[in-house]
Amino acid sequence: MSAVAPLDVARIREDFPILCRHVRGMPLIYLDSGATSQKPLAVLDAERDFYLTCNAAVHRGAHALAEEATDAYESARARIAAFIGAQASDMVFTRNATEAINLLAYAFTNSTDLVRNGALTTVGAERFVLAPGDEIVVTEMEHHANLVPWQEVCAKTGATLRWIGLTDEGRLDLSDLSIINERTKVVSFVHQSNILGTINPVATIVAAARAVGALVILDACQSVPHMPVDVISLDVDAIMWSGHKMLGPNGIGCLWAKASVLESMPPFISGGSMIEIVTMESSTYAPPPQRFEAGTPMTAQAIGLAAAADYLTALGMDRVHRHEESLTVAMLEGLGSIDGVKIIGPGMGDRGSAVSFVVEGVHPHDVGHILDSRGVAVRVGHHCAWPTVRRMGVPATTRATPYIYNDMDDIAALVDGVVAARDFYWGTR
Amino acid sequence: MSDDPLHQEIILDHYRHPRGRGLRSPFEVQVHHINPTCGDEIDLRVHLTQDAAGRVVVSDVSYDGQGCSISQASASVLAEQVVGLSLGDALMVQQGFSELMQSRGTLTPNEDLLGDGIAFAGVSKYPARVKCALLAWMAWRDAVSQAVDVVVEGKSDERNSE
Repeated sequence: MSAVAPLDVARIREDFPILCRHVRGMPLIYLDSGATSQKPLAVLDAERDFYLTCNAAVHRGAHALAEEATDAYESARARIAAFIGAQASDMVFTRNATEAINLLAYAFTNSTDLVRNGALTTVGAERFVLAPGDEIVVTEMEHHANLVPWQEVCAKTGATLRWIGLTDEGRLDLSDLSIINERTKVVSFVHQSNILGTINPVATIVAAARAVGALVILDACQSVPHMPVDVISLDVDAIMWSGHKMLGPNGIGCLWAKASVLESMPPFISGGSMIEIVTMESSTYAPPPQRFEAGTPMTAQAIGLAAAADYLTALGMDRVHRHEESLTVAMLEGLGSIDGVKIIGPGMGDRGSAVSFVVEGVHPHDVGHILDSRGVAVRVGHHCAWPTVRRMGVPATTRATPYIYNDMDDIAALVDGVVAARDFYWGTR
Repeated sequence: MSDDPLHQEIILDHYRHPRGRGLRSPFEVQVHHINPTCGDEIDLRVHLTQDAAGRVVVSDVSYDGQGCSISQASASVLAEQVVGLSLGDALMVQQGFSELMQSRGTLTPNEDLLGDGIAFAGVSKYPARVKCALLAWMAWRDAVSQAVDVVVEGKSDERNSE
């Protein structure tokens, strides 16, 4: 077999007009795709084409436009599902990944509330009922979106939140997996850390969770956009990710879960479009995925996201991953060799392209500000993973997250900018 | 940082050599403020007294914290500018600094009022940094609004030493 051909970044950049602009008088170098990615013309065109040609409310109305809009929406669902090796019927669209995690979290609190009132009617929902003594396991490298909802679930149900700690290198400390035990009802963890870049050993954690019958949830926000992800081989019960981090529009997230899981979950948001029969006294609910898509859905966003999935599929997720790997090596070597710079996160091997670092004696905000003055966009702060930065012993980090449209010149500009920031604050200019 | 090299130097000087840093006694009120978007933190104490004429005076502002050069330098400027002033005058300085920071670069700062605070004029053009610059000033405002009750009502005895 021949080697995987590298991405043609110059050609790709033509699809992203925003990358031609200047900021602060300098050419933009966008290294903040972990926060949100830029969008190719194909995605913008897909959304616009929908509004230009077949805009209508989906799943209602019998006119031609409504049928075309429904077809476009459901075709988008099928293409996005195929992108992760899944069936369309197991894919739920949400507003963002945070909402998708809340949708799962509320299956637990709602089931627990309903059973107290003798009103739990969804067949199989008993598995979501929690009581004091039950435990939910997360990790110390979660985004707040996969931490705070579980804190809320515990506060409402009396269950206990536990977490897998980290090694000093920024990997999960799996030396004692007895934290996942017969009391564990949920194990929810991140696939690739948004701050450390660590890619977690899914199979090890899934095996421990399966052994005790816990539900396994994977936060794939930083993996689905960056590497091949196949939900069947991962063997988790549910994953979620956001559209805007994978070239798609804002305002759409995805939840995939096994059919048996979705079918046994009571609704989250309720109202129109998610019902079966409604009377003045009570209602019954549609099967998944409609049960979880109350109200008029994000049609254009779903269509835009499907165009993003098509765009990435055409590039090939293997090639995307290889491309990011080469950029990651360059960042770790370039930044790591600067005197005074410390990488916060693991070295190569089971790590993605999110690279966090600190500069001795220089606050990350100040590093980011100097980089910004040179046109280099990075993120600074705790990256919505405050307990993680606390565990790593720093108040905040500077984080660079490349994507398909970045090249070695961008990494060189980052490294030069960090040297300049260090020299400015160290006074060696 | 600022676009103006002179202003940059002023900010860096306060960052490297902060005035009045470190928590001291006596004090009436200590507050802890954070900037949740970036994790910057400050602990700030105020000590107010009343002079013979009954006028409330800012006798000390002491602080400790962690954060970027902007947030740390602006705490230093705050301490330098308001200690020794009457509370009324100090609040005018605080108001002047707040207005400058919310001006998005459109105000010409008043050096007589703000002293080295004028160096932050350029920072006001960067909305993401305005909160950094205001962290200590908002903490101080919060602390004095609590402390003035303590001082005026004469209830400072139980808390004015560690």
